[in-house]
Formats: sequence, structure tokens, C-alpha cells
Amino acid sequence: MNNLKTLLSELAISESEYAKIVSSLGREPNELELGMFGSAWSEHCGYKHSKSLLKHFSKLPANNVLVEHGSENAGAIDIGDNRAIVMKIESHNHPSAIEPIQGAATGIGGIVRDIFSMGARPIALLNSLRFGEASKLNSINLLKGVVNGISNYGNCIGVPNVGGEVYFSSPYNGNPLVNAMCVGVVDHNKIKKATMEPNSSIFLIGSETGRDGIHGASGLASKSLDENQELRSAVQVGNPFMEKILIEACLELALNEHVVGIQDLGAAGLATATIEAAENGKCGIYIELDKVPLRDSGMTPYEIMLSESQERMIIAVEPNYENIVIDTCKKWGISFSKIGRATNDGIARIEYNSSSVATIPTALLTNPPNYVFDTTKPSYIKDLQSFDFDPIELPSNPIDALKKLLSSPNIASKEHIYKQYDHQVQTNTLIPPGNDAAVLRIKGTNIKLALTTDGNGRYCYIDPKIGGAISVAEACRNLSTVGANPVAITDCLNFGNPEENDVYYQLEKCIEGIVDACTVFDIPVISGNVSLYNQTNEGNIYPTPIIGALGLIKDDTQAVSSDFKSAGDVVYLLGMSSLSTNIQALSGSEWSYINHQLVAGKLHIDLQMEKKVQSICRELIKMGIIQSSHDCSDGGIAVAISECCIKGSKGITVTCEIKERWDVALFGEEQSRILISVSPANEQQIIQQCKQQSIPILKVGYVSEKNISIGNLIETTVDEIRNYWEAGISQYNS
Amino acid sequence: MKFGVVQFPGTWSDHDCYHVLSEVLKQETEYIWHHATDISHLDCIIVPGGFSYGDYLRPGAIAQFSPVMNSIKKFSDSGGLVLGICNGFQILCESGLLPGALLKNESLQFRCQWVNLKVENTNNPFTKLCEQNQVLKIPISHGDGRYYAEPRILNELKNNNQILFKYSSEKGLHEKSYNPNGSIEFIAGISNKEGNVVGMMPHPERCCESILGSTDGTKIFNSIISNKKSI
Repeated sequence: MNNLKTLLSELAISESEYAKIVSSLGREPNELELGMFGSAWSEHCGYKHSKSLLKHFSKLPANNVLVEHGSENAGAIDIGDNRAIVMKIESHNHPSAIEPIQGAATGIGGIVRDIFSMGARPIALLNSLRFGEASKLNSINLLKGVVNGISNYGNCIGVPNVGGEVYFSSPYNGNPLVNAMCVGVVDHNKIKKATMEPNSSIFLIGSETGRDGIHGASGLASKSLDENQELRSAVQVGNPFMEKILIEACLELALNEHVVGIQDLGAAGLATATIEAAENGKCGIYIELDKVPLRDSGMTPYEIMLSESQERMIIAVEPNYENIVIDTCKKWGISFSKIGRATNDGIARIEYNSSSVATIPTALLTNPPNYVFDTTKPSYIKDLQSFDFDPIELPSNPIDALKKLLSSPNIASKEHIYKQYDHQVQTNTLIPPGNDAAVLRIKGTNIKLALTTDGNGRYCYIDPKIGGAISVAEACRNLSTVGANPVAITDCLNFGNPEENDVYYQLEKCIEGIVDACTVFDIPVISGNVSLYNQTNEGNIYPTPIIGALGLIKDDTQAVSSDFKSAGDVVYLLGMSSLSTNIQALSGSEWSYINHQLVAGKLHIDLQMEKKVQSICRELIKMGIIQSSHDCSDGGIAVAISECCIKGSKGITVTCEIKERWDVALFGEEQSRILISVSPANEQQIIQQCKQQSIPILKVGYVSEKNISIGNLIETTVDEIRNYWEAGISQYNS
Repeated sequence: MKFGVVQFPGTWSDHDCYHVLSEVLKQETEYIWHHATDISHLDCIIVPGGFSYGDYLRPGAIAQFSPVMNSIKKFSDSGGLVLGICNGFQILCESGLLPGALLKNESLQFRCQWVNLKVENTNNPFTKLCEQNQVLKIPISHGDGRYYAEPRILNELKNNNQILFKYSSEKGLHEKSYNPNGSIEFIAGISNKEGNVVGMMPHPERCCESILGSTDGTKIFNSIISNKKSI
């Protein structure tokens, strides 16, 4: 083998890992075998730096969970009425950094295949995006490309794109985050697994195999991004039309009992897909690579095995029922080829033109080494947490401050993004994007789903553990504010280089925080993805766990949106009895960031109080006595109020007391707060309910026609502030 | 009334149309596969939205050659009702069943949003239950919805009262900011000369239940259904 060192570096295999491979095999691997190890043992496929930490998720309550965390293409949870929800969130960060349109598009394709491979019809997509500063041309170009890619692909396959978030911050310069979540629905006893049994015939269906995406898993997803971005050939090109007909064909196949398993070809293509499914079924596998339909001539066995060409699926079918696969593929015009069969000896045997090109025990590939590090608390965290806010001066002009916040790209309207996504197809969308959570009905049942994604890299940077917990709390709060009971989450853990102490510490503590919050809320993490090495020569990204959350409304309760409905309604804040006076409320806030370029402070969350506030919000919605409900988070109560006004084209008169530090009161970001409006007739009932359950509540003021009046600080109109909110991102776009 | 909903590979509004016709409006409804040749037993054919055959070349450019389109031509020649929605409208234009073409949106971006649709002509099987100049609340979802026809055709459309729907403000005014895709003269939907073939970019099947934000789509489907009863 020429130049072993270069090859190992290309595959991101260390010398000690190589030694382990040689000793397990009892010989030197050939180039293809080494490539298969490189992919299977990559961080992306093998989770070698994160597996020991992810184990904490399996300690969480597992009510109604149908497949073990990490064991299948996606997680599944029983929601009653014989239905299960299958869902997962996954990253496509590095491909999107290099080629934003195709990177984002194929991110959608991959996550959608994870869902329908389990027999579930994809019913919703969400996207959580992070870019560098909006003032940088590169960030805006990446944003445009990514949105274009999501729009092209998602719209074509007929799955509504119902929610997500977009944030801009310098640590994501050159390393954007593109996390895509897909949600599917399936009869709860019809979930298909990625498996095979001895003698199953193995079909490869879908697109032909080309040279695209080789080393995507090992090289692109498991190494840092270099300044000279020459990994373009490692990015795949998507064909959403093929994806759409694969959805229909695979859903037909999934209903057939003779179809043993369905597996998506994702990272590292055939190499991982066939071996994972064989290992799941405790089989071996025999593959003839010359049977793989190719789109390029002269491809080597190595290229065929590791290609990441998109829109390909493996179908394992009982040997006497091959016609089921053949007929379905013919019906949909999908090309297919029988490429091998499952065996019973636990060995992967790969042949090309009748000679053996690889022979490896499958268990060797699926059990990569695990790395656990001892970490120390990074010194930067101590510095940030001991930051003294007191010397920070009060801004001179409250209305200018509010306008500045509303036009911050992190807070401003995202409508120009989501109106490029079809969010209505399948006619289930009851609450559209632009609210705290999207709400969808499930036809034929009385069940409504609420879906959201959330994550706050700034918080997690300042305090990984509390930041991790807040990410879960806020995602669940966004479900509660529409009236849905949180039942499960999926997470995408986006971090920097785990081989650095600070990053590994962030990862470890964020996971602890997520587990803490899930324990209090009594919900499982049913699936997820880890994206490490998000690092450029400018440094690591903020630790950014993205939480995708599922909530349920299982009765006739009307979901509530965030817009103010009628002038004269009374506005209350659940969770506080007065506006913030503690200057630490500015910690990690959007206001500190945009006005003082400051990311520092001490975060706080009382998870028990959080749970109580969310619970009463849901109760009040169920009683039908809330007109609107909105999470009070980024930008503080001033922004929450403004958003309710803008969306409802209403004004507000704020009558509650605002102390001298009005920046803290209006822009502070304390947790566990929900802004509601109620008709005056229901006021007493709400006060009574809160009193009974010892939940603090603050009367904020009254909804008005158009004028916005906040104490004696701000006098404006909804139309005036709307302009700032709507232009927030487009000001950088022209 | 017997409805048929066409399915090309890549169609995605088929299930939505089927749901409205069959579940909401309780009509006899079946799917029609793109190879189908015999559709003469049906009263109305819906050509739904989606990306037929991927629409990589040009929306509808491939679908026009599918076997079912020959059947639909025969069906419409003998007076059968045909409604093309979104991609269906594009396919009917490409097939020559309707005049004009659908170009890329003026914004060059996909648009999914609610629009106001002013009914310009109620003397038609697809709009007879609407009121003249009534404004419907209805969603669009397309990247290639900018209707265009050359002046001669445009004049014909006007002279024959073939323009059924135009984009407008809530009050029915044709102001530029209410034209979501740059369509010529705000045109959102037209019929053929005979009035039995209609194409429209907005999605009536997405607004037939109040929980979805509007029931105005039922005015179009119920108009179709009322034809059978009056015959």
C-alpha cells in the first residue's frame, strides 16, 4: 500500500487505530478494507468520541419509546390511536459550508430517508440554521444557498417545512450549521427496521452509483474545515424527484411482511448501510460489486463501496419474494439490482468480478474504539461567569434600543425564508411557521402534533450544563405555549474539535444539562446525531446542541398562536411577579450581544418552576381561556410583546412597574416566562389558578388597537416597529 | 359526481385533492395512474400539484407526453370537466389544452403564502357558485406561477371571458404588491374557450376546512359538483 500515512490521514484513522485493525484482522487490511474501517469508525458513523456520553440518554424515562436510542435510522414513539411518530434531526454542516445548495438539499434527502426507511410517511420538516455574522457577505451567500437548497429539495418531495430557527454569530463564520429534522407517522406495529436475516436477497434500488461523496463521512464530517476548501468532490448532488418516488415505493414495500428490512444509504454508502443492517440482523453479508448499477465507467471496488451517491436504498427481502421488490420498482420507474444476499456467519464478503476484494467480520466494523477523556473546567468559563455587569451604562434612548433589537437578524422576521418553503402540502398544518411551534393534525385521529427546534449556542458557551438544560426547557416551552404536552426530543449535538479539552468539556456538560432537563420533564431523547470538528482556522463554533421537540394535543383543545387577538384583552406574564431587576438577566442576552458585543454572565434556570409554568400554560389553554401565548426569551419581554403586536397587528399599553434599569427589565432574558393575553372576563380565573399552584404572575398591561406604549419609556405604533422587524435580515441581503 | 385524481410520478397534491373530494365533500373519487387510457367513466378530472417527473426541464414539459394526457385530451374534447391545479395548470398549458405559459416567479423564488383571489367570471362550471368579484382566501405554493400570454392570446382570453381568477387585495383591487409572482394582468386562473378545462395556480384543496384557515376552496369544488345535479 502506497503512502500509508497519507491514506490514514485522509480516512481520519490514527496510527493506534490502524494497529488495532491489524491485530483484530490478524493481517494488514487492503485499501478497500481500510476505507471501510475509516468510514465505519469515523465520528460521523461510529460516534467514537461521543458514544460513552450518549449512554446517559438511555437512562431517561422511556415511556412509549418503540426503538432503542441509536439502534435504528430514527427514533420512534407511540402516540396512541395505533400511531407512532418516527423522528430524527441530523446535521449537514460541512457539505453546506462547501456547497450550500447541494449540501443543504442532500441534508434534507438524508433525513427524510431515515424516516421512510422505517415505513413512516414523512409529514414534516424543520430546519435549524446557524451562520456567521449577517454583515459578512459569506454568511448571506451561505444563507441564500442553504435556503435555496432546502426549498428546491423539500418542495419537490411534498413534505411540508413547518418550522426551525436561524441565528447569526461570529463563531459560525465559515462553519455554518445546517440541521434538518424530519417527522413521520406510521401504524405503531408496522415499523420497519434496518435489518436482514440469513438468506435474505439484498436489493439496491434508486439512483445509480457514481463517484460523488467519497470520504464524506470520514473526511468531511469528521475533520475540521481547512481554509482551502478542496473537498468539493466529497459533496453529493441530490435528485429530489428520485427521493419522492422512493418514498412512495418504500412505503409500499414496508407494508409487505416478506420485506425483511429497509435501509437508507447515507454516510459511507454501501459500506455502512449493508454492514449495519447485517449486524442488526446478526447475519453476515455477501455482495457482488459488479452488480451495482453505475453512472460512471471505470469505478473501482473502493469507489463503488464508499460512494455517497444520494437516493439509494437497500431492501432485504425473503428469497422467494424478490418479485415484490421488482414489481414495485417497475411500477414507480425505479432502477433496481440484486447485489447479494445475507449469510449466517457474521462476515462481510465483498467480491468484484468473482474475486474477493474484502473480508471483514461485521462486528469489527460496528464496534469502533471509544474515547473517553478526563476534562477540566475551561478557564474561559470562569472568566465569563464572573463578568461584572454593573458598570454597563443604561442606553440613552429606549425606542432606538427596541428598534435595534427588533432589527437584529437573530430576532427579525424569518418570513422571507419560510415563504420559500411549502409549509402546507399534505393539508395538516394548523399553526404555520412563525409561531413558537408548528401544529399539525393527524388525519383520521383526534391527535395534533406540535413541533419545534431550539438551541442557544451563546448560553451553552457561557455555561454548557445550564445552557444544555435551557435548550430543552425552551423547546418544551415552545410546545407548551401552543398547548401541547412535550413527549419526546431528538437532538443534534454540534460541537468543535472533541480532542480539545474545552470542547470535550462542553460536550460532556451540555449532555448532562439535557439529561437533567429531560429527567425533570419526564421525556426521552429518542434519536439524534453528533456533529463534531465544527472548527475553522478561526476556532471552534459555540457548543450548539439543537433540540427538536415533539408535543401532543390529544383532545379537542384548540392550539393557541402567539398573536394578540383583540384590543382590550389583558396581558399577563406567567412565571414572574415583577419585571427583572437582577442585572444578571442580561447574561448571554441578545441585547448584550448586539449593543455591547458581550457574551458573558451567569445563567440560571429553576427546572421545577419551569415545569410548573409550562404546565399551567397548557392547563389554561385546555380550559380555552387564553387568547394568545408566547414564549418570552430572546430579547426579553420587550421583544416578546412586540412580536405579539406585530403578528396580531395590535398595540399594547404596558402598565406594570419598570424600575430604573429598564434595559434589564425589558431586554433581560430570564427563563420560565410565558406572555399570555386573556379577555377581561377570564382574568380572575387565571389569577386564581396561578395562586392555587403558587405560580408567580404579573399583569403587564392591555392590548390596544395600534399604539405601543411601554411605561413612560416608549411610544410608538405597531406599523413603525414592524418595518424594523421585517427588514432585519433583508438589510444585509441587497 | 365521479372524480378522478391524476397521479404522475412526483405529484404530491394527489392525496390532498383526494382527501377533500372523498372525505370532506363525500364524492366518489379515484386515483388515475399516469399510464391510464380509459377514463371515460369519470365526470371530472383533477390534475393536481407537484413536480411531475421532477420537472427538471420545465414544469409540465415531460408530463404532457404521458399516456394519460392523451386520454385527458379526448375526455375534454367530449366536454368532460378538467381542473389543473398548480403543476396541473402548467401541464395543461404545456399540453396545449390551455393557452399561455407559466414562467418562473418574478422574485425568482418559490412562494408559499395566502393570497386573495378575485373571481372574474362566474358564468363557468368551476365558479358558478361564486359571486362575481368575490374575493377568495386561498394559498399558493409554486416557483413557476407567472402567467404569460402574448397580446393576441390575451385579447382572446378577455373577449371570450376565459379569465376566471385574478390576484387582488382583500378588497379586490389589483395592486402590484398583491401580485405574488408577476403574472400578466394579475391572472391566476383561466379556462379554455369552451369553459370545460380550467387551470389555476392557487390550491383550492388546501382551503376546504376551517381549521386550515379558510373554506373558500369548497366554492370551486362545490361549483363543479353542482353541474352534475343540474344536468
